[in-house]
Amino acid sequence: MCLLKTNRLAAHYNDFQALFAVDLHLDAGETVAIIGANGAGKTTLLRSLCGALANAPEQIVFDGEPVGALSAEQVVRRGIAMVPEGRKLFPSLSVEENLQIGGYAGGAGGFWNLAKLYELFPVLGERRRQPATRLSGGQQQMVAIGRALMSNPKVLLCDEISLGLAPAVIRDIYNALPGIRSQGAGVILVEQDISRALSAANRFYCIMEGRVTLSGEPENASRDAIHDAYFGVGA
Amino acid sequence: MRYSIQTSTRFSRVSLALAVAMVFMLALLPAYASRGLLQDMFFILTMLTLAQFWNLLAGYGGLLSIGQQAFVGVGGYAMFALVILHGWDPLAAVAVAGCAALLVSIPMGFFSFRLHGAYFAIGTWVLAEVLRLLVAQFKALGGGTGTSLPRAATRNLWGADWVKEVFDVKSAAARDILAYWLALALAAAAIAGIYYLLRSKQGLALSAVRDNAEVARSVGVNAHRLKWQIFLASAFGTGITGALIYLQKARISPDAAFSVTDWTAYIIFIVVIGGIGTIEGPILGVLVFYLLQSLLADYGSWYLLSLGVAGITVMLFAPRGLWGLISDRTGVQCFPIRRLLVQHSNKTGENSVRNHH
Amino acid sequence: MNYLDTVVQGVLLGGLYALFAAGLSLVFGIMRLVNLAHGDLIVLAAYLLLITASVLGLSPFVAAAAVAPLMFGIGWLLQRHVLGRTLGADILPPLLVTFGLSIALQNALLQGFSADSRRLNSGALATASIDLGPVSVGVLPLLTFASAIVVIIALNQLFYRTELGRAFRATSDDADTARLMGIQPQRIFSGATAIAMLVVTIAALYLGTRANFDPSIGPARLIYAFEAVIIGGLGSLWGTLAGGITIGLAQTIGAAINPEWQILSGHIAFLLVLLLKPRGLFPRAFD
Repeated sequence: MCLLKTNRLAAHYNDFQALFAVDLHLDAGETVAIIGANGAGKTTLLRSLCGALANAPEQIVFDGEPVGALSAEQVVRRGIAMVPEGRKLFPSLSVEENLQIGGYAGGAGGFWNLAKLYELFPVLGERRRQPATRLSGGQQQMVAIGRALMSNPKVLLCDEISLGLAPAVIRDIYNALPGIRSQGAGVILVEQDISRALSAANRFYCIMEGRVTLSGEPENASRDAIHDAYFGVGA
Repeated sequence: MRYSIQTSTRFSRVSLALAVAMVFMLALLPAYASRGLLQDMFFILTMLTLAQFWNLLAGYGGLLSIGQQAFVGVGGYAMFALVILHGWDPLAAVAVAGCAALLVSIPMGFFSFRLHGAYFAIGTWVLAEVLRLLVAQFKALGGGTGTSLPRAATRNLWGADWVKEVFDVKSAAARDILAYWLALALAAAAIAGIYYLLRSKQGLALSAVRDNAEVARSVGVNAHRLKWQIFLASAFGTGITGALIYLQKARISPDAAFSVTDWTAYIIFIVVIGGIGTIEGPILGVLVFYLLQSLLADYGSWYLLSLGVAGITVMLFAPRGLWGLISDRTGVQCFPIRRLLVQHSNKTGENSVRNHH
Repeated sequence: MNYLDTVVQGVLLGGLYALFAAGLSLVFGIMRLVNLAHGDLIVLAAYLLLITASVLGLSPFVAAAAVAPLMFGIGWLLQRHVLGRTLGADILPPLLVTFGLSIALQNALLQGFSADSRRLNSGALATASIDLGPVSVGVLPLLTFASAIVVIIALNQLFYRTELGRAFRATSDDADTARLMGIQPQRIFSGATAIAMLVVTIAALYLGTRANFDPSIGPARLIYAFEAVIIGGLGSLWGTLAGGITIGLAQTIGAAINPEWQILSGHIAFLLVLLLKPRGLFPRAFD
């Protein structure tokens, strides 16, 4: 079942066009990785999907409805939640309050609640009264993911969730993904770390200079093809 | 290809010549004008000078002061003190009054620079209030009710005899003429000085600080020192202007000399309505202000009410003021402070110009 | 001079200044906006209380129940249509707009109500006092101080115990990320200003019942409020109460020495704190 779909998505920053006719889709319970070099347009794509960048309405279709022109605060109410790059926790809120504010858009009564999140990430339960910024980088990333889950989204957008974290911590975080997916949510992972993203994803799209250069299933794509799609042919 | 930096345009060179000619013509005004017109011109010119100095602080330095009345008051009172208590000639006292305002601005700056943004604004206001309350304690200058300049002092101003002879007027009119000339000289000097400052290296640093303080610091601009410099400069200029205003009024009281409405609110509206952050804006603003005042002065509070609403409207819908609207439509700049990077193409001889702030 | 009496009066006066300051502090804490028309809005509320009380023949305390929702609405619309448009990286627009608003409000009130001094009639309450051993304390000042404490507790509860308070703090931290949570910053800001106007109504009630007021006194109330906020340390409501008490004490002690020194002493206390503790008595850990 197709949950989220883009139709020739074109995104602009003022005069600069950052995405050109991007077509992708995401099914329920599926994890899709978006890979690409720095500046390829991955973050622009996520910002378009979550409503932080406005697009033409039909360019993004969610649950059969055009959502391209909706604002971020409307999009999250429809069921698309974002884990922003750099985590962006609220420093004057405690760990628990950061999680609670994730439920501001609604979604109460869904699978995810504080208790379920503390099961998923037990360390957060132990430190729930502390200011969120007092936590380690990996723990902060857990809060950011938990905060997004609190709205019980149908689509979870994850922007560079492994950035700046130690390998063991990244493994912990990626180990949580199957649990999230099993609740029926579709996940879009944006990563620069190709192998990490591909190992977790059912499908992938590779983006270069604002265009999709390769897509498919990780096991069917050769290293050379991905290399060419990532850096450009002949690079 | 060759490049050169150009800060003037053909229009600006013409307008410079026009400005010089205009100052000369205005200097000759007392020969033709009535005393009433001279007094109105004095009002316009002194308000313009105050506006230019506030604009230097807020429009260029990002320092929103609501305490300019402190310097007007200190300037005025210093002049009165020198004349009444020490028997100075009022004209000499006007010059020294600027130094008094400068001196007072040092501790004022020390306190207010501990506050930032909006708090700087209210901090300067508090300091002006403190000065008003302190001056009201000074019984030798009339305490809370204020005092007047002695007749003898105002009648025998330096040069007054000469003016009386040349223009064949009485001593009160001669005082108005002298005050008018000083106001004209002060306004011209303020505009020329600020224009020169903004076109200098300091001016470039100032706009760098206004646009992005972090970046400015990284290229070696000392923003703190720059802000101090323009704070002191504007205190000095505002102090001299205040002394001159009270020389012409010849009567002073703490409530009038330290009035936030007269010396800061009006000035802010002049600059905001005319166009903040430009030299042309306050000139245009003071003319609009004068017209509004002539039309609406009889309506008292309606006048101030409409001024407040006009200020809000301009800030919301045309934040660069009337001059911003004009200059956007026409591209005209009388006092260009932008630097233009001019590319001299060797083949065709045509110049292409790129804007560069 | 009765020292104990002076100190008690000073502390109680501080309650009034804390009420002036709480709304200012709330709005600054959430949107970094300093409303230079804050004092004039207090005076506006006092006139609204005056009209309501005299037209309906009510006690000003009952009239406040009618004026509070009105002020709430005024705050919401003001933020939505005027102040909200000025928020951004540049600090000049909000200051210049609120300064313009201050001048416009003062003169609109002058036009509507003349420069005559007015007072809210609180009946027997105005002169009632309680004997507390060595000192006799006015009921009205006591009520003012108690109201200040209730207001601060209520605002703190709102801030730290409710979903709205979490949204306030989150938006204050990072409005763009708050959007990703489904928060509409504009509505949050409008709500904050509206709540600040509820506090303004309470402040106006005591401003008007304790002493005379006229359209010109707003700016001085803004200055006292501002001094209380800075002395207390930005962002701490209990600090604001301490700041208000500092100003109140300084003014009362100054006035006891020489009546002309009342206002000056308050300002000097503020400058001393600024000199010795530039971040206030109770600075927030982060800003």
